[in-house]
Amino acid sequence: MSEIAEKVKAIIIDKLGVEASEVTPEASFTNDLGADSLDTVELIMEFEKEFNVSIPDDQAENIGTVGQAISYLEEHAK
Amino acid sequence: MSLRRVVVTGLGAITPLGSTVPAYWEGLRAGKSGAAPITRFDASKFKTRFACEVKGYSPDNYFPTKEGRKMDLFTQFAVIASDEAIKDAGLLEGVNKDRVGVIWGSGIGGLKTFQDECFNFAKGDGTPRYNPFFIPKMIADSSSGNISIKNGFRGPNFVTTSACASSSDSIVAAYNFLRLGMADVIVTGGSEAAITEAGVGGFNALKAMSERNDDPETGSRPYDKDRDGFVLGEGAGALVLEEYEHAKARGAKIYAEIIGGGLSSDAYHITAPDPTGEGVVLVMQNALRDAGIRPDEVDYINTHGTSTPLGDGAEITAIQKVFGEAAYNLNISSTKSMTGHLLGGAGGIEAVASIMAMQHGIVPPTINHFTDDPELDARLNFTFNKAQEREINIAVSNTFGFGGHNTSVVFRKFRD
Repeated sequence: MSEIAEKVKAIIIDKLGVEASEVTPEASFTNDLGADSLDTVELIMEFEKEFNVSIPDDQAENIGTVGQAISYLEEHAK
Repeated sequence: MSLRRVVVTGLGAITPLGSTVPAYWEGLRAGKSGAAPITRFDASKFKTRFACEVKGYSPDNYFPTKEGRKMDLFTQFAVIASDEAIKDAGLLEGVNKDRVGVIWGSGIGGLKTFQDECFNFAKGDGTPRYNPFFIPKMIADSSSGNISIKNGFRGPNFVTTSACASSSDSIVAAYNFLRLGMADVIVTGGSEAAITEAGVGGFNALKAMSERNDDPETGSRPYDKDRDGFVLGEGAGALVLEEYEHAKARGAKIYAEIIGGGLSSDAYHITAPDPTGEGVVLVMQNALRDAGIRPDEVDYINTHGTSTPLGDGAEITAIQKVFGEAAYNLNISSTKSMTGHLLGGAGGIEAVASIMAMQHGIVPPTINHFTDDPELDARLNFTFNKAQEREINIAVSNTFGFGGHNTSVVFRKFRD
C-alpha cells in the first residue's frame, strides 16, 4: 500500500472511530463507516491539511469511499 | 385553570467533590474542598492558578472516542449528569417520550471549543479551516440537544442563559412548563466547563476570583472577613422534574416537591451586585409568594454566596430584610465553599445539594471560616465549617448572575 493510502486509512480510523479491518477500498464513509454529513466534511478537511491540497466542493462530492479518497489524493497531493 | 403539582424524581451530578450524586453528597457532608492547582492548561502566568476541577476526568470513561470528540466538555458533563438522573428516575421505559422535555442551563456554552478554534485560525495564514463541529459543539443549546438525541425525548427543548443564574432559571422554566401542562416530565439542571485560558483570564480581568494561590483549598471562604473572590468550578447538576400524577401513576420514587420559583433583576450594574440588595429582596419575596409560604416556614437557604467581598454581604442584607426575626432560625450555607462556583451549573448542583440535605436531615456546611466579618450579623447561623443536623421541611436555593439576574427556587419535603 502506498504511503498516501496508509495515511488516508489512519485519518479515517481516527476520525470515524472504526477498526482498520473495516477500512477497505470499497467502504463508503456514510453507508459502511457510520459517517454523517459533518463527519464527511471533517474528513475532507483533514485530507486537505495532511496532504496540503485544496479540494473544491464539487470534487469533494465525488469522494465517497476510501478508494476514491486514495485515488484523488494520489493524483493531487503535493 | 388549576396548576399541576411538580415533584423531583431523579438526581444526577458530576462535580469537583465527586462524579455521582452519592459521591458529591459524601463530599458535601464531610466538608471537603474541591480546589487544587489547575491541571487543564498551563496557568503559571495567570493571577489565579487554582480551581475546582472534576477530578480524574476522562471522556473515554463515558463516551466512545468519536462521540466524545463531538461534544464540548460542558456538554459531556450535561450528558453524564442527566444520564444519572434519568436512570435514577427510571425514565427510559414505559414513558411517552413525546411528553418528556429537556430544559438545560449554561452561562457560557462551549468556551474551550470557541477558544481553540479561534486560536487555530489566528495561527494560520488567514485561510479559514474551521471544523464542521465547531458551531454545534460551541452553542450552549448543544447540551439540551444532545440529551434529547441520546434519549429520544421529543418534548420542549431549549437552554436558558443568565450567567450564574442559568440553571436555576432552567429549573423554574421546567417547573412552569410542567405545571402548565406543556410536558409531563422535564430533565433540567445545568453545566459549565470554563476552566480554560479564556475563562480564567477573563474572570481574573474582572477581579472576581480568589488569588489565594498559596492555599487553594481555603480560597473559597464565603462570609469570612478575608474572602477575596470566587473559585472557578466545573461540572453539572441534573434533576428530573415530573408532574405529580404522572409520577404517582408509574410508581416513581419522589425526592421532594418543587413549590415555587422567583425571578428578578437588579437593574443596577452589569457585574456588581446592588449593595442595598433590593433585587435579591424582590427575588426571595417573589419565590415565597409563588410558593404560598411565610418566611418563618423556611428551614434552609442554600445561598449564592460566592465568596466575593460585595456579593456575600448584599445577599445577607437581603435575607435579613425578607426574613426579619425568622432569619435567626434559618440554616444558611454556601456549598460553593466546597465546590467552587460552577457559574451556569451552580443552580443545578445546588438544587441537588438542597434536596439531599432535605433527604438526610443534614445541612452541608460553609467551610473555610476563620475570621468573623464584622459587617455580617453574627447571630445568623451560617453553618460554618461543619455540617449540622436539621429536619428540613422547606429549602430555598438562591443564584444570581452577572447582568443582575436573580433566581430563587423553593423545594418542600414531599407529602401526599
